[in-house]
Amino acid sequence: MPKNPDIKKVLVIGSGPIVIGQAAEFDYAGTQACRALHEEGIEVVLLNSNPATIMTDKDIADHVYIEPLTVEVVEQLILKERPDSVLPTLGGQAGLNLAMELAERGFLEKNGVRLIGTTAQTIKKAEDRQEFKNTMEKIGEPVAPSKVVESVEEGVAFTRTIGYPVVLRPAYTLGGSGGGIAHNYEELVEILENGLRLSRVGQVLVERCIAGWKEIEYEVMRDGAGNVITVCNMENIDPVGVHTGDSIVVAPSQTMGDKEYQMLRTSALNIISELKITGGCNVQFALHPDSFEYCVIEVNPRVSRSSALASKATGYPIAKVAAKIALGYTLDEIKNAITGKTYASFEPMLDYCVVKMPRLPFDKFISASRRLTTQMKATGEVMSICTNFEGALMKAIRSLEQHVDCLLSYDFSGMDDDALLRQLAVVDDRRIWVIAEALRRKFSYEKIHELTKIDIWFIDKIAILTEMEERLRKEELTVELLKEAKRVEFPDNVIARLTGRSEEEIKQLRYSHGIIAAYKMVDTCAAEFAATTPYYYSVFGSENEASGELAGNAAAETDSDCARETASRRKKVLVLGSGPIRIGQGIEFDFCSVHCTWAFEKEGYETIIINNNPETVSTDFDIADKLYFEPLTPEDVENVVRLENPDGAVVQFGGQTAIKLTESLMKMGVPILGTSAENVDAAEDRELFDEILEKCNIPRPAGHTVFTAEEAKKAANELGYPVLVRPSYVLGGQGMQIAINDEDVEQYIGVINRIAQEHPILVDKYMMGKEIEVDAVCDGTDVLIPGIMEHIERAGIHSGDSISVYPAQSISKKIKRVIEDYTRKLARSLHVIGLINIQFIVSNDEVYVIEVNPRSSRTVPYISKVTGIPIVPLATKVILGATIRDLGFEPGLQPEADYFAIKMPVFSFEKIQGADISLGPEMKSTGECLGIAATFDEALYKAFLGAGINLPKYKNMIITVRDSDKLDVIDIAKRFEALGYNIFATKGTARALMEEDIQVRMTRKVEQESPNILDLILGHEIDLVIDTPSQGVGHAKDGFIIRRNAIETGVNVLTSLDTANALITSLENNNIHGLTLVDIAAIDRRM
Amino acid sequence: MKAFLILEDGTVFAGTSIGSPREVVSEIVFNTSMTGYLEVLTDPSYAGQAVVMTYPLIGNYGICYEDMESERPWLDAFIVRELSRIPSNFRSEDTIQNFLLKYDIPGIAGIDTRALTKILREKGTMNGCITTNENYQLEEILPRLAAYTTGKVVEKVTCREKYVLQGDGPRVALLDLGTKRNIARCLNQRGCEVTVYPALTKAEEILAASPDGIMLSNGPGDPKECTAMIEEIKKLYASDVPIFAICLGHQLMALANGADTYKMKYGHRGGNHPVRDLATGRVYISSQNHGYVVDAEHMDPAIAVPAFENVNDGTNEGLAYTGKNIFTIQFHPEASPGPLDSGYLFDRFMGMMRPEAAAEKSAAADEGGKEMPEPDHEREVRL
Repeated sequence: MPKNPDIKKVLVIGSGPIVIGQAAEFDYAGTQACRALHEEGIEVVLLNSNPATIMTDKDIADHVYIEPLTVEVVEQLILKERPDSVLPTLGGQAGLNLAMELAERGFLEKNGVRLIGTTAQTIKKAEDRQEFKNTMEKIGEPVAPSKVVESVEEGVAFTRTIGYPVVLRPAYTLGGSGGGIAHNYEELVEILENGLRLSRVGQVLVERCIAGWKEIEYEVMRDGAGNVITVCNMENIDPVGVHTGDSIVVAPSQTMGDKEYQMLRTSALNIISELKITGGCNVQFALHPDSFEYCVIEVNPRVSRSSALASKATGYPIAKVAAKIALGYTLDEIKNAITGKTYASFEPMLDYCVVKMPRLPFDKFISASRRLTTQMKATGEVMSICTNFEGALMKAIRSLEQHVDCLLSYDFSGMDDDALLRQLAVVDDRRIWVIAEALRRKFSYEKIHELTKIDIWFIDKIAILTEMEERLRKEELTVELLKEAKRVEFPDNVIARLTGRSEEEIKQLRYSHGIIAAYKMVDTCAAEFAATTPYYYSVFGSENEASGELAGNAAAETDSDCARETASRRKKVLVLGSGPIRIGQGIEFDFCSVHCTWAFEKEGYETIIINNNPETVSTDFDIADKLYFEPLTPEDVENVVRLENPDGAVVQFGGQTAIKLTESLMKMGVPILGTSAENVDAAEDRELFDEILEKCNIPRPAGHTVFTAEEAKKAANELGYPVLVRPSYVLGGQGMQIAINDEDVEQYIGVINRIAQEHPILVDKYMMGKEIEVDAVCDGTDVLIPGIMEHIERAGIHSGDSISVYPAQSISKKIKRVIEDYTRKLARSLHVIGLINIQFIVSNDEVYVIEVNPRSSRTVPYISKVTGIPIVPLATKVILGATIRDLGFEPGLQPEADYFAIKMPVFSFEKIQGADISLGPEMKSTGECLGIAATFDEALYKAFLGAGINLPKYKNMIITVRDSDKLDVIDIAKRFEALGYNIFATKGTARALMEEDIQVRMTRKVEQESPNILDLILGHEIDLVIDTPSQGVGHAKDGFIIRRNAIETGVNVLTSLDTANALITSLENNNIHGLTLVDIAAIDRRM
Repeated sequence: MKAFLILEDGTVFAGTSIGSPREVVSEIVFNTSMTGYLEVLTDPSYAGQAVVMTYPLIGNYGICYEDMESERPWLDAFIVRELSRIPSNFRSEDTIQNFLLKYDIPGIAGIDTRALTKILREKGTMNGCITTNENYQLEEILPRLAAYTTGKVVEKVTCREKYVLQGDGPRVALLDLGTKRNIARCLNQRGCEVTVYPALTKAEEILAASPDGIMLSNGPGDPKECTAMIEEIKKLYASDVPIFAICLGHQLMALANGADTYKMKYGHRGGNHPVRDLATGRVYISSQNHGYVVDAEHMDPAIAVPAFENVNDGTNEGLAYTGKNIFTIQFHPEASPGPLDSGYLFDRFMGMMRPEAAAEKSAAADEGGKEMPEPDHEREVRL
């Protein structure tokens, strides 16, 4: 079936800000799909509120709208752009829900716009719990006994008939938000109440608990002609009960025989056929471990995190094929881009094993519960590929970027056997480390299986790794043993630790015996056909396919791409990716890496990417000339370097992950392109940096470098409290805290030192003031500043968690000139070639520097898009020797745009039980959205709307602020009152407000008898809580409880008066139906 | 114990011996299935061949004897990257290590199976030797490799005596050219009474039993070696009994009608091959295991027309015999291992055996209608 000629202009809806459960995978899918649509000559209109995405680039779509994802916005956009079709299946649950709402309202039909890819009816059949159940019953596919309930009473009554435990799943929510397993009446009521509220349609599914069964997923595709295929199946190592996003997942399945494999495959295909899905679909099964009994858990009729993983695991581009299917093509008409010979109507065969591990945010939320449940908590994930499972697991562990490199990294050796047994039953992110410890103590596989329900096949594989640890400790390190250790991917540093040698010795021993990494290709077909796509993974003890330089193997001689490579004279550049998405290092660094890669390619370079994040665009097989899907450790990078001998490496675009590799790369003899390593160091080394500041005559808040708590206290007292305490060389303000007394300092130093520090700790005078941020490009002489951004929240809240306004609003022209001057001086003094990010504080008309990062930053995608200046390509060209003037730009601060662009942080607090949501110097947001408009107020309104704060609803709010804020809150309260808000407040705050003649209802504090403030929150009719926590360690538990309860009941909580002020400003000026939509693609000041 | 795989082109892979330590010479072929190693091991079509599994982790779910596709493994040797140290599956009764030993099947593990597969892909299927003799002499072995042919293997793997699977539906005669058990099972599950005949049974004997339909099975080796069987199949063709044939059966029917077969460079072996039903345009993912293929290009359309083709390389995957109630396919609707998507073809055969249904169908086809039964994806092997 050829392309449908009626489809000419398509609206693609993205997934919005990165939140837990909806991360970079949709940027990957959306970008791939948009490129596929482009290939077919389709005009693409893109809507996504997330400015850090690649899909919102004008290279990717013809018209780009970074606007809030609300029905009102889409309607206005459709009327403005008049697309003939909407492709709703690429924007995750957010995009799908939006499309459903449009379809249900009859808006699409009325305006002659069709949903392509999958119909509204299909979406409903798959997503609506009852319809899904009915459909499954119709085709004889088993589902766990369940009932959709709309009230707590109904849920309780049904549970009585099927018995505890039961699983609760709210309909239409992301990443299982609000779901859980209830083991008793109390839990049931609690989870039900919450789930009913979070569900878009007020429905929760109550079902028989199948926890402990194997969790298996199939990624399937169907075209309009009814052809169906399976792309990949995956087995969760963690059995049912842990959200698949938080599970360790292996592809393909390992413990199912062909009978089970085909049974579930056939079931998945029956389901996709019955649902008449056209595109990709994910089907999740629970399989009884001791029989053929299975249940269909869930179907996602769209691209998903799992489909991104399946695409990367197999090389099969699901989103691209889904987009082409949406245009009318059938699977057998779409070429397989990897082989170039076969078609999309086949099933990938793997000749390797893929392991995915979740990246969980417990390093950021120390107070949070680490337990894993059906509520997803991971912010990102890593993937690894090896020919054996053990090796893939070891690689995945060291890709996590959380100070783990093997199964010894979490130490449970201090626990006695009983405690360890109890710990085995705890389902948390450290479970495989607990299992490893149990195996070291010779607990039986059966016992471990009984407690964890993890299949013994996986337990045996973990045992192989712990046995290797033992052998390395005890046996003589023979060549054979070393080979075996490398086969299962023990890194050199771990082998060194276990054998008591140095890492260098191990490396030399390996080299002298030819034990080096070889690279194999991911080719979708297990080598059955020659592939042309250089997508590689490493393995020890095998023939290398990645280069023609190694002589003497028959296969390489005939491999055409190898031959090409030998002939290649192009210069090679290595671009280091940014690893898993985690708080502080999000999708924006993937944006930078990809744009840098494209820029190098345009300059005639051969590009090589190393990265390990399956969700990202950078790990799509056609972004760089070569993709190495590998951990980003010095050893893994060195293996690639030895093979490829790049002419240089770029580290300034990959965030902290890449920056950390700078020193190692230099040791390997790889030139660092752009700012030199010494200068990167100078920005981080306090003493060197101070010298530069002094030389430039730039002030910064007074401060000291210390190593111990004693030194820190001394420094703090000398500076005077409050002080800012933080480790150097970190990301996202990790470990950064404001201390108001000695006690605080002591506690924070303790927290920082939980992880061994090679670098000193910084203690700075904390200054209250306007925080200003600039990104700039420097060519060594000239500096280009696209714009100055101002934070709405005063200093003290991490820049990533602050609302950022471009152009800066409240500072004078004179201050702007000072900032421009300081930026120029700093960039030059640090000999920056490429990007630099500087944060300033403006206090009493003085400008202070607080932080300098000679690399790309979180704000680069945002500022690029809203100024129209392609910062990353520009910086890349500068790195290659061009000057800013050569590239047609006038150096200095660029003229301000004639509209406002506001970046709003977005949080995922409701997903992380026990996390403190109050904002401070440590970053907590997972994503961001943009509000762009001609007026500041509209931009602000859009930004809040994009972040999901859609007010007013009930016009009830609670204010409870610390004493120092009681004066400042008055104006805010008055303005909310003027909008008709009923204000509730606790005693102190209430009194302060009453004195100003504000109508306030006093409410009891948490510890007082009911009804108190908590009941008010749980009553579900509160729009907003303004709660500013008192500073310091000793802050009351009260605030924490209020904030947690509010967040978990879906109430908006603001912990800074500056944010509250911004919110009220936006609410005073809202008009959801009269928004002006800005086509970002029309803003063009590019080269 | 060390073992070596020596290829006809002189390439040597060193690994570890698995199963029997005896030396073996065979034709080396690769299979890309990720599950179903036991079904591969016991598929009689692999007689005379040594199979390389491209999936590196084999033996994970152990051995479940119930899943054997014939009474014993027929392949000459088994080549894997890694055997699982322990099996894990609720049905597992044994380890693959024991299984290979029990049936005296030699093999090699720990070699770079992908490198081997690439050689076979580039240079084509070739012969090889697996030996545990560390002092092997290439000049002695290579001539033996060059001389090896699979020979007349059908006679080796077919049943010795006919046997019957009871059923109260149509009576099917299944000519066992090396049949996988699931072919008979698929028919039997549809109610057929299946009589399985040894490969060298005379056509007269089969026809004398007046079956409602005849099924020609899969089987090993070069189809042109099956001269005696081809003669009998000519007689079966001449009868009016509906015939359905799979794999070798399909090739022999074509040869019996004057068509040609040729050896492919490295064949199709795995569970992911797309085949297009030329009557409907629909594509199905199929299980395949064949090194030879019918030359359909030179087929006289008066005899037969292509019914299925391979989406990847366009080779023939099925024939509809003109004016006859005969339908043959190259791939394996009985799966085991592999996808069950083309199981609907057994239903088509059921229709062919009921003349009234068949008449309706041919009338529909005459009108140019493309009405084909929707695949019902029946789970025939669900246990």
